[in-house]
Amino acid sequence: MTLMAEPAAGRFGDFGGRYVPESLVPACAELAGAFREAWADKTFRDELDHLLAVYAGRPTPLTPALRLGGELGIDLWLKREDLAHTGSHKINNVLGQALLARRLGRTRLIAETGAGQHGVATATAAALLGLSATIFMGSRDIERQRLNVFRMEMLGATVVPVTSGSRTLKDATNEAMRAWVADVPHSHFLLGSVGGPHPYPWMVREFQRVIGTEARSQVPSVPDVVVACVGGGSNAAGTFAGFVDTTARLIGVEAAGGAAMTAGAPGVVHGSRSMVLQDAEGQIAEASSIAAGLDYPGIGPEHAHLGALGRAEYRTVTDAEVVAAIHRLARAEGIICALESAHAVAWVLRAAGSADLPAGSRVLLTLSGRGDKDMVTLSEGADK
Amino acid sequence: MIPYGGKALVPYVTGGITADWTSYVLAYEAAGADAIEIGLPFSDPMLDGVTIQQASDRALARGATVDGILADLSEIKVGVPLIAMTYANLVFRAGPAVFCRRLAGAGITGLIVPDLPVDEAAAVSAAAADAGVALILLAAPVTPDDRLAEIGARSRGFVYAVSLMGTTGERDTLDASASRLATRVKAVTDLPVLIGFGVSTPAQAATAAESADGVVVASALMRRVLDGATPDDVRTDVAALRAALG
Repeated sequence: MTLMAEPAAGRFGDFGGRYVPESLVPACAELAGAFREAWADKTFRDELDHLLAVYAGRPTPLTPALRLGGELGIDLWLKREDLAHTGSHKINNVLGQALLARRLGRTRLIAETGAGQHGVATATAAALLGLSATIFMGSRDIERQRLNVFRMEMLGATVVPVTSGSRTLKDATNEAMRAWVADVPHSHFLLGSVGGPHPYPWMVREFQRVIGTEARSQVPSVPDVVVACVGGGSNAAGTFAGFVDTTARLIGVEAAGGAAMTAGAPGVVHGSRSMVLQDAEGQIAEASSIAAGLDYPGIGPEHAHLGALGRAEYRTVTDAEVVAAIHRLARAEGIICALESAHAVAWVLRAAGSADLPAGSRVLLTLSGRGDKDMVTLSEGADK
Repeated sequence: MIPYGGKALVPYVTGGITADWTSYVLAYEAAGADAIEIGLPFSDPMLDGVTIQQASDRALARGATVDGILADLSEIKVGVPLIAMTYANLVFRAGPAVFCRRLAGAGITGLIVPDLPVDEAAAVSAAAADAGVALILLAAPVTPDDRLAEIGARSRGFVYAVSLMGTTGERDTLDASASRLATRVKAVTDLPVLIGFGVSTPAQAATAAESADGVVVASALMRRVLDGATPDDVRTDVAALRAALG
């Protein structure tokens, strides 16, 4: 199979759609039209490709993890999004959307952020293109990702603490959407993942497709397994896009405390129908993960669709496995990855040699970001 | 649902915000409400400003549930229509048919779902019609004319004209976009048109009613309730709104 070029009415099977207030419908429709047009416009594509190359550092390398792979009895290749500018794959989507915002005459970027990686990337693109940026971040995430708050502010962005609800990504997303409703003529809502109303799941997957396209051309042979962490699921969506038409199994790894695919039920939150952690009445549950970027009760609708089809599989790992995985990768390969990315590593560590990942498997793992931002969290954990 | 001719007043209360919350419903009726909007609180009220967020949080923290709120309503006698307001996930989680039948069973005859635009409303609209519940659609200042006509044709009960681009909440002045939108909506539908969002004072209600058939008032009343106002206190507020509307 291939992924839908443009999902009709924003639907991926039973999932997706555009569940937003009427006030936002025209803006979503305008954005869908603008993206469709830009994505077919060679000038736009060339400008984005140029920025990705000379500014974001693409293509990112594919690193054979020889020592860790050897210890595990598998061939392990790491797609190094941690080496992209700003330290994660988030820059791919942000540069695309920021160019689109400028094309639409918007002067202000509004974004939500969890770990701060998307916020930093948005602040970066705003600085580069001369736009203003307002970043909504849960106050709990601000406490545990203070370094990224400093980075955003240094780049000229305004960081707005969100104190409602669980004070994490879910609530930051609510607040960003509220800010968007109030400033539609000037603002572009720069959503960081493959969730939200149409066209975001489609558009963000397309902007992240570069991960999978590059990796496909870099791997020595088609992998048996392609694995990436999923919160909202943007790095996984971009990676899967390059391999969905191959024989590779696609594995998304969720945080045990934020496992929308594994423990959720169909629901509507933040503009689309997807799998959502919720109670029997439909109140959205508060996720709980050591990785702020995965601390989210939902997932992008295309993942829900791929999961329903059985084309992609979703697994969970615990916080403890994630911390162990960061240390193991660091010692074996000299790479300190982000807590989020370490979820994919943790699954490989657990599954290698089992029926889920037999010895000799060829594995492509997208390392979505670097771990600098997590040093405080990890050192505090080590003190305990 | 809304009386034709006069100027309708639809005050709002968050279900379950206090133990005796239905006393507010009765107070609204006594003060001259034409219909009463009952909020079924949702954890992530994306279109609501800080007041309704706090009201929802308080109700949920008290253990408010849809079933509990509907059971409370079944225990009182209200002579004016009741309209539920909630977000799409609560409707879909139960299933539109089950959800709408539950509302009808508690005497609720209208439903407002702010994150369910007309394009996504077909299933809920059909389920609501089957249950005898009017699915009230919202129009916004940015809604283009062709969508406005569709909203006018597919809404039931009345059309809810969102006065401004923003979330619910009190404002110092009524945005000029309110009357422009109400006039545009009235041109495409015979249904009554009520203005909501930011209608905070009797004077603003009177201004809104110059171009619309009535108003929905929520945050201004819920701010008072959050601050401790009793049903008697807010009856005075609603009576003042009633007097301003005539």
